[in-house]
Amino acid sequence: MAARTLYDKLWDAHVVRTEDDGTALIYIDRHLIHEVTSPQAFEGLRMANRSPWRADSLLAVPDHNVPTTARAEGITDPVAKLQVQTLEQNCKEFAITEFKMDDIRQGIVHVIGPEQGATLPGMTVVCGDSHTSTHGAFGALAHGIGTSEVEHVMATQCLIQKKMKNMLIAVDGKTPAGVTAKDIVLAIIGKIGTAGGTGYAIEFAGEAIANLSMEGRMTVCNMAIEGGARAGMVAVDQTTIDYVKGRPYAPSGETWHKAEAAWRDLVSDQGAHFDSVVRLDAADIKPQVTWGTSPEMEVAVDANVPNPDTESDEVKANGMRKALAYMGLQAGMPITEIQLDKVFIGSCTNSRIEDMRAAAEVAKGRKVAANIKLAMVVPGSGLVKQQAEAEGLDVIFKAAGFEWREPGCSMCLAMNADRLQAGERCASTSNRNFEGRQGQGGRTHLVSPAMAAAAAIAGHFVDVNEL
Amino acid sequence: MQKFTEISGIVAPMDRPNVDTDAIIPKQYLKSIQRSGFGPTAFDDWRYLEPGEPGMDHSLRKLNPDFILNQAPYNQASILLARENFGCGSSREHAVWALDDFGFRAVIAPSFADIFFNNSFKSGMLPIVLDAAIVDQLFKEVAADTGYQLTINLEAQKITKPSGEVIEFDVDAFRKYCLLNGLDDIGLTLKHADDIRAYEKTRKQQAPWLF
Repeated sequence: MAARTLYDKLWDAHVVRTEDDGTALIYIDRHLIHEVTSPQAFEGLRMANRSPWRADSLLAVPDHNVPTTARAEGITDPVAKLQVQTLEQNCKEFAITEFKMDDIRQGIVHVIGPEQGATLPGMTVVCGDSHTSTHGAFGALAHGIGTSEVEHVMATQCLIQKKMKNMLIAVDGKTPAGVTAKDIVLAIIGKIGTAGGTGYAIEFAGEAIANLSMEGRMTVCNMAIEGGARAGMVAVDQTTIDYVKGRPYAPSGETWHKAEAAWRDLVSDQGAHFDSVVRLDAADIKPQVTWGTSPEMEVAVDANVPNPDTESDEVKANGMRKALAYMGLQAGMPITEIQLDKVFIGSCTNSRIEDMRAAAEVAKGRKVAANIKLAMVVPGSGLVKQQAEAEGLDVIFKAAGFEWREPGCSMCLAMNADRLQAGERCASTSNRNFEGRQGQGGRTHLVSPAMAAAAAIAGHFVDVNEL
Repeated sequence: MQKFTEISGIVAPMDRPNVDTDAIIPKQYLKSIQRSGFGPTAFDDWRYLEPGEPGMDHSLRKLNPDFILNQAPYNQASILLARENFGCGSSREHAVWALDDFGFRAVIAPSFADIFFNNSFKSGMLPIVLDAAIVDQLFKEVAADTGYQLTINLEAQKITKPSGEVIEFDVDAFRKYCLLNGLDDIGLTLKHADDIRAYEKTRKQQAPWLF
């Protein structure tokens, strides 16, 4: 057999049938659902008198709308409350496992899947959420789908797809101190652009990627979609196997050994063909900060805000001008002079235990600056919260002046009460700096957890190495 | 799903790259459990001068006169002309529902984000990819002629300009078939239920931990 990429292998193992024009039916192993993009899909099932093909492949959790304070009081927003209740009713009606708001396992859908071992190497994983690419960190084929496709997968266990192209992004060498998975992926997006991965499945490889923990790999794959790629992935190695072993939904006993042997093959073969190859030198990557309203609008923390007048592409220059106006920034000003109002540490990109530890290490023994109105830490799941508290991280955060919250999507997209007011500027560990993403008129700068914590302490951006 | 055969309509220009789905339909409206009613809040942050929330009577809100879709005749447009990477970001299909509910049936751009592109076909919306130079020319023609209209024929895969000039476009054969006939693709997939069961049987032998 010809040499195959990891994506080729995952694709081949899931093709149910292929039409003459290349349109294929792809089998889906794991379907994660949340309250926002599933109600219309369930309604569609009911209207057509259908039921889920494999209810046991579904795992549900409310995350987008849940409050991060006073959890015991429930949701006060009646519209949000109805949506969460609708998820509960649908899960009950169709016998689907759901981690409800008061369950210690509740959290952001892309945190709890891997945490429970519900995401396994070699799987196809879908969810009605673009950041489903996160799960590709396990050598899985994982991507976001729309609500019609949520209904399609529920009803048929399959997706209609055409095969994507293969892209390899290799990050060679070792990263300098203070440079994290988030900085790596922001640098990648800065290089390929926000549409650079459109039509591709990206495999992230190279020494710097192999050296990342599973948490770090999830951060990188999570933002594949910000580079335009529906799916990002990393080959299976010992780090993957060690993470999965012993998780509640992972196989055990004899089946574990069989699974592990199969998973070891989930790597691109020597000489496999990639349609596009991008290489970065890890040594060149510095802590990153976004300055605009697209994740590709990023620079190193020691750089200045770019000048649209030096951009030769007129459409791009126009986009930069709109971004600068929205962000209230002047071209040429140093990134380190940008003063902040709020700091958000959380989201499916950066709310795992390692992220909590990285932020706490910076916050330890220091105080949040006086100009910061709110610095909040939102763990990705009840179990992450429990672990962080066992390590005393909550005490460090609270002593420094951070708020320590309940798990959920929170101010990444501000569907709950956590949001920016118009004009407020935020250092955020989330994934999108779009206009209004964190609240109408809010200004978002994407950074790593360590950089966010450092910004909270300084009151403005600062290289975490120089704090 | 509604059929798409041929449409003629006013073209609204949206001259900025990377229009994301958060801009097309802001998050607060995603709390709805319905599939319809998103039209009045499409492009909400750009369209209105004050912040909007679900449950408001949007017809009473103050419109932003500078926003293109608030200006006649573009408020009656059925074709949206856009720049690179339209529909990037979140997978929310609500973005397509909002455009559809506003009155759009087709979007023309040099490139689309994958998930938005895919979602469009599921709601009877036709996304058309044209060369950046052709899109640029269309922007110029729209700017020069208020009320500029195009006719889009899916069967023939042709766009006809007011001058009679014709632009051809590509569309995936399966998606074209579904759009022309307004077909529910779940029904089509379930015709292959035996294939799906056969796959499951084999797969269960090879990888029992997946079941």
